[in-house]
Amino acid sequence: MEKTWNNKAWFMVLPVLLLVAFSAVIPLMTVVNYSVQDTFGNNQFFWAGTEWYKQILASERFHEALWRNLLFSFIVLAIEIPLGIVIALAMPRKGWTVSLCLVLMALPLLIPWNVVGTIWQVFGRVDIGLLGHTMEALGFDYNYTQDPLDAWITVVLIDVWHWTSLVALLCYAGLVAIPEAYYQAAQIDGASRWAVFRYIQLPKMNRVLLIAVLLRFMDSFMIYTEPFVVTGGGPGNSTTFLSIDLVKMAIGQFDLGPAAAMSIIYFLIILLFSWIFYTVMTNAGQDRK
Amino acid sequence: MARITLDGIAHSYLPNPKTEADFALRRMDHVWQDGGAYALLGPSGCGKTTLLNIISGLITPTHGRILFGPDDVTYLLTEQRNIAQVFQFPVIYDTMTVFDNLAFPLRNRRVPEAEIKPRVDELIQMLDLGGKAYRKARALTADEKQKISLGRGLVRHDVNAILLDEPLTVIDPHLKWELRSQLKHLHKRFGFTMIYVTHDQTEALTIADRVVVMYEGEVVQMGTPAELFERPQHTFVGYFIGSPGMNVLPCHVEGDRARLSQDFTVPLGRNYGKLTGMTELGIRPEFVRVGATGDLPVTIRAVENIGRHKIVRGHVAGRPINAILGDGDEVPAEPRASFDPARINIYSDARLVTPEAA
Repeated sequence: MEKTWNNKAWFMVLPVLLLVAFSAVIPLMTVVNYSVQDTFGNNQFFWAGTEWYKQILASERFHEALWRNLLFSFIVLAIEIPLGIVIALAMPRKGWTVSLCLVLMALPLLIPWNVVGTIWQVFGRVDIGLLGHTMEALGFDYNYTQDPLDAWITVVLIDVWHWTSLVALLCYAGLVAIPEAYYQAAQIDGASRWAVFRYIQLPKMNRVLLIAVLLRFMDSFMIYTEPFVVTGGGPGNSTTFLSIDLVKMAIGQFDLGPAAAMSIIYFLIILLFSWIFYTVMTNAGQDRK
Repeated sequence: MARITLDGIAHSYLPNPKTEADFALRRMDHVWQDGGAYALLGPSGCGKTTLLNIISGLITPTHGRILFGPDDVTYLLTEQRNIAQVFQFPVIYDTMTVFDNLAFPLRNRRVPEAEIKPRVDELIQMLDLGGKAYRKARALTADEKQKISLGRGLVRHDVNAILLDEPLTVIDPHLKWELRSQLKHLHKRFGFTMIYVTHDQTEALTIADRVVVMYEGEVVQMGTPAELFERPQHTFVGYFIGSPGMNVLPCHVEGDRARLSQDFTVPLGRNYGKLTGMTELGIRPEFVRVGATGDLPVTIRAVENIGRHKIVRGHVAGRPINAILGDGDEVPAEPRASFDPARINIYSDARLVTPEAA
């Protein structure tokens, strides 16, 4: 049969190109557009070049928010990943308790962010909240609206409560996919419980852990709703993360140029970190060259 | 190294087994000699793997005892039994090197590192994995991985037995043969008791000194390949071993003759007396002669040429029958079949009947 040679097949990818253009590229380009211009209203724009980028990168306010974000993501990952693994290991493998566990674990994931924020805002209040009141009754001086440390503990707790089950469910999926023969072989080889975890379970969970770390990093780095609802970025600026700062700048102060430049930088930082995690985790355990 | 004794072993996966049918493994008493090479052969679901897991200790039998040498090990854990097991799919520790994989069972048993090194190095040579010792095990091919699974058993010199559960399933055909002969060689060299589970008769017959045929949770015959071929103890053995399998024809036995139908009888050469129950006559296709003369008329359905000989598929007395025809022979116009009386086996309720002394 004669083969036809032409480029008509490119029309096949047209729908997806259009979709991506309208859903991602064009909105992103408008942000890029704002970030290199200055506006004083009336739809008048003046070319600003890289000025906003320089301003943001040099600003103290940005640095502080960035450090807060990094610290927050680090703490959240350091708690949620090990905790998720431990919970996944402890979950039952068969019987009716499996479904029960899965449903219970999935519940926090189904609650919208601002509802989670509101729940904890009330829960933590010293006057009427169960947590806040109990803490006070026990003699702890807990007040998330006044003490920065208490505010941080509260926001971290919210995130751990909301998202650890995602990590646990992912790890659980990785664990149940391990064939029984691996455990039997390990038993025959006389492996200890720790060795089974270290040499069978952990390597087999590698893939899902990568996804868990990436998802949790990106999500925690973009955290907005919970601190917005619970602490409003305070007390002071102690829980003002990049996203909160960004909204203040763009909508509160209407500094569209700097806010757009900040969005781009914010986006690039997330991209960079995700790439680092991905590279490190996929290369871990490869042949040493 | 040890002799393995199964003393009244039976197993059911149900919590309260009542009838025979509830048992995955029916009651059995067998002795497996030290250093023997056994093949456990049978179709899927016949209880091969259950039996293997009982020996390795992954399953505790519902009834009976299992002994290694003189010691009762029924309630000992797998790691205390000192056995090795190779599974259908290669089990390797992904993140470890080949060397570390092979050293793993020794390290778990706190063997000094100075002792591990020479032993593992020697084993790597024997398994033909030289040059790959410090490569990550996950980068290897399926057959190399399976060698590592086997190697983790061989590295412990004191194993009581090596159990292999269809270890060549995922291996390419041309490597199967190589791995099989390597396994045979290692068996000769180390002298471990080997139990090899398979559903492939060629594999079973080439690798083992004695083949154990299982059917519906029972060991129906334990014997050398020649015994299985010549005197199948059960019609299933006759049918399962050989290609094509034994012809099994329902018949009535009257003294030294078997009546296949109203019109046709076959001489048996020996006297069986009067048999009751379901009686069948078994004859291997190799011993059915098709030619111009013979006791029985045959209708030929097909002749398959499979190289050195031909398989004739036809009907005798309304029953399908296979015969093997030599290379030069032709099927005559009015074919007739005859059975070699010395090769006929008579079965009552599927089990071999011994003829009365002449």
